Amino acid sequence: MAKITLNNIAHSYDGGNSYALKAMSHEWNDGGAYALLGPSGCGKTTLLNIISGLLQPSEGQLLFDDVDVSSLPTEQRNIAQVFQFPVLYDTMTVADNLAFPLRNRRGPDKLSAAEIDHRVQQAISMLGLEALAGRKARGLSADDKQKISLGRGLVRTDVNAILFDEPLTVIDPHLKWQLRTQLKQIHRQFGHTMIYVTHDQTEALTFADKVVVMLAGEVVQMGTPQELFDAPQHTFVGKFIGSPGMNVLPCELAGKEAVIDDRRIALAREYPTLNGVIELGIRPEFVRLVNSGQGLPVQIVSVEDVGRHRIVRAQLNKHRLDIIVPAHQPVPSEPGVEFDSDRINIYQNSQLVGWEHQL
Amino acid sequence: MKPWNNKAWFFVLPVLLLVAFSAIIPLMTVVNYSVQDSFGNNEFYWVGLEWFQEVLASERFHNSLMRNLLFSGIILLIEIPLGIAVALAMPRRGWGVSVCLVLMALPLLIPWNVVGTIWQVFARVDIGLLGHTLAALGVDYNYTQDTFDAWVTLIAMDVWHWTSLVVLLCYSGLVSIPDAYYQAARIDGASRWAVFRYIQLPKMRRVLVIAVLLRFMDSFMIYTEPFVVTGGGPGNATTFLSIDLVQMAIGQFDLGPAAAMSLIYFLIILVISWVFYTVMTQQDNDSVTDGRQGGGQ
Amino acid sequence: MLELAGVSKRVGNEDHIRDVSLQLERGSMNVLLGPTLSGKTSLMRLMAGLDKPTRGDILLDGVSVLGIPVQKRRVAMVYQQFINYPTLTIYENIASPLRVARLAAADIDKKVRHAADLLRLTEFLDKRPAELSGGQQQRTAIARALVKESQLVLLDEPLANLDYKLREELRQELPRIFAELGAILVYASTEPSEALLLGGNTATLHQGRVTQFGATIDVFQQPVDLVTARTFSDPPLNTAPVSKRGAELRLDRFVIPLSAAQAAMPDANYTLGLRPWHLTLEGSADCTVEGQVKVTEITGSETYIHLHVADQPWVSLTHGIRHLDVDTSQLLHFSPENIYLFDETGHLVMAPRSPVPVSKALLAEQAWQK
Repeated sequence: MAKITLNNIAHSYDGGNSYALKAMSHEWNDGGAYALLGPSGCGKTTLLNIISGLLQPSEGQLLFDDVDVSSLPTEQRNIAQVFQFPVLYDTMTVADNLAFPLRNRRGPDKLSAAEIDHRVQQAISMLGLEALAGRKARGLSADDKQKISLGRGLVRTDVNAILFDEPLTVIDPHLKWQLRTQLKQIHRQFGHTMIYVTHDQTEALTFADKVVVMLAGEVVQMGTPQELFDAPQHTFVGKFIGSPGMNVLPCELAGKEAVIDDRRIALAREYPTLNGVIELGIRPEFVRLVNSGQGLPVQIVSVEDVGRHRIVRAQLNKHRLDIIVPAHQPVPSEPGVEFDSDRINIYQNSQLVGWEHQL
Repeated sequence: MKPWNNKAWFFVLPVLLLVAFSAIIPLMTVVNYSVQDSFGNNEFYWVGLEWFQEVLASERFHNSLMRNLLFSGIILLIEIPLGIAVALAMPRRGWGVSVCLVLMALPLLIPWNVVGTIWQVFARVDIGLLGHTLAALGVDYNYTQDTFDAWVTLIAMDVWHWTSLVVLLCYSGLVSIPDAYYQAARIDGASRWAVFRYIQLPKMRRVLVIAVLLRFMDSFMIYTEPFVVTGGGPGNATTFLSIDLVQMAIGQFDLGPAAAMSLIYFLIILVISWVFYTVMTQQDNDSVTDGRQGGGQ
Repeated sequence: MLELAGVSKRVGNEDHIRDVSLQLERGSMNVLLGPTLSGKTSLMRLMAGLDKPTRGDILLDGVSVLGIPVQKRRVAMVYQQFINYPTLTIYENIASPLRVARLAAADIDKKVRHAADLLRLTEFLDKRPAELSGGQQQRTAIARALVKESQLVLLDEPLANLDYKLREELRQELPRIFAELGAILVYASTEPSEALLLGGNTATLHQGRVTQFGATIDVFQQPVDLVTARTFSDPPLNTAPVSKRGAELRLDRFVIPLSAAQAAMPDANYTLGLRPWHLTLEGSADCTVEGQVKVTEITGSETYIHLHVADQPWVSLTHGIRHLDVDTSQLLHFSPENIYLFDETGHLVMAPRSPVPVSKALLAEQAWQK
């Protein structure tokens, strides 16, 4: 297990014309669970491959526990990685697949056969693979194969970090729950440094202590799930986190009020005069649907009943507005909406206006 | 219920007719000859399995068969590992790929008799590049007089001609392996040998079955090249079954024994191919049934 | 209307589809929900005419379509993989079924531009599929299905290979896009949440059998049996064996008081089912159970608490951010009116009261719900 330091890491696939990963410096704690979250092409897999050593960064250094590993090949970095699709040695049994990375250790790290066996048994029972241990990997179901792939990542207890590259993409929802919680339990038990790449916000938030949200080769925000939910630093984070994501409405500021198309909305605090594009961000969870005559009038476009609650898609003048309504609350036919003042965020040119701007 | 699409049969019909004319009718003729004897004048009489007994008991047949088995065995032992090695060494991406593929395909484009002629000239001691060079280097080499030299020449020729086929088949298997497998192997700290043994070889197995079958059948039936290069000599040193057969049928006009021999020849190829195929796909079938049982519905 | 009447499909020794009967209305959205290998794709292939059922009949507007080859049926299919012609432009990709049908160039142009407009592809019409993102490639495949003006549109997990957010976006648009077509839409999915967001009707599949078919929200709220309830739950349904005596349910060492209506049921052994959001940490509800905390997961505003209750893995979805110590005991509460009860054969005998239905006026605006 190790602390991972990115020191001005940047990467370009075309010799510096464009950067898939723009220069970034971060320090990730020993034993932390981190998620790299972002849409396709945001650079999250590039960053993961730089950490694993499958890719040499064009600039900057990578440190494991303050030791520069930038030039070390993958096999010397002592990391484990789980891929999006199951990667197994078809001709080996399940148990041999798990033992394989351990048997490859040479020199002072060499493990005794008894120790290998012990660890393999541990991984097998951790993931509930007892029934499959003696079977050849070929011909197993995709779910089982991916479980074994996870096991191959977890069987090495002395690794610097375990990297996950969208490991649950091909897994059915029910097993997803099971595997995710198993991963969390294993993390708590063994305290590996874990880095988990995904485009699925639910996976990222539920898995990680710290979520790193990426867009176009840059880290837009790094924070706890709660920070990303309550105070998205960028409108992109607000929209990307949450389902549905945060409503972002263009507005003007007037003292302790925001003005959207002549309609006034109370704010929790007063903002100074701000230039540029000003927007108001409010999560669907904090918009209340009220009877007509109250609040701002909206037109309802559609209602999606997802069982737990309803998602009301509405139109506030020209702007789209999503509202979450509790299951047992009736939806009035000509409703208005009210915003929870404490939960309103104000954005200037897409960046959150922080508390330092308070008057 | 009525058939899904009647038109389909219509399209298959010409092929069926073609196969009937080109394969089944001649085969029947051969069967017919193999159980009869003739003293000319188009008079035939029934001899039963006599020709078969005669052929199977003859030393000439045994010797030819041994030569064939030896030749095919050597060919497979050289071409398969060599083909795999060359395929592994070929680049996976970039401009080198197409260059290599074209170079590999070249020998396959040359007709058999031309290949024979090329080597016949190439290996001649007086004017051939290979033969002359060897002679100049002091090697006592003459494929028209020395049994060993004749064999070396034929094997070298076949390796030169057909290894590319194995290479191309193996290469197609190799390029279908996703990058993630290699990455995982690096992360696991797997050695070069382990990558070959556990990733590349299993993924190449299906194409290797095809390569072994094709190369076995082809080499076991080899005719044109030795006929052109050595003519079956020196002595009978390179008289394979196919050459022997032609000599018997056309040279000696012993149609009955020749027909019986060709049927035996055909059966041997069929049986050995079947054995190869069964053995090499055995593991495959095992794991498939395994998967059905365990993988659920 | 597409009708499947007692359709079965047997391949070798395996039953891929077992005795499925469904009636799909024109202009409706129908979700086939079930895990991988539950028979969704097999069923779609039968509907499309790519496979022939071993038993049963498939009728379109009352006429059997079994003998009609797939090329002659008006069927469009969109797959999980983005399938386009790589060498053709987006325009030609969308136009391809119309070219096959030999439409006039002007008609083709009109239809292609309309579809491109609906799927926001107009600016990419001259590009080739490889130059587009995954989302745009799948939009192209959908546009091609759209211009075909098929009677039956089959979508086989069309969003599974897309990013989460793109999925959300396209999922919301799909019903609207196909609404004007008036076609029968069939949408295969492994995700219960996706079925709920799509609305319409849902058929839950389990081992080749349709366990229930009805309005999506009804199937979710009133599953006919335990298998359906489990298939249609994400997060998983909490279950535990219980025994009923008079006005009490016994769950391990815990006692759950029942309402008068519930108490009227016969005394027997049942399986209790409880949605994770009906199991809370706050003590206001009537019933209390104790569990060992295994893992907590934060979603930003809520917390999933995974616990073991009476040796069963249970999940609670609680408001707010909670960090609970692992392996400690935790009291959890729920209201008896929120429980499901299944009898020993797995059939539903009691469901929670359904929430107030969305007013009819609102439903009318969702054009694709008929």
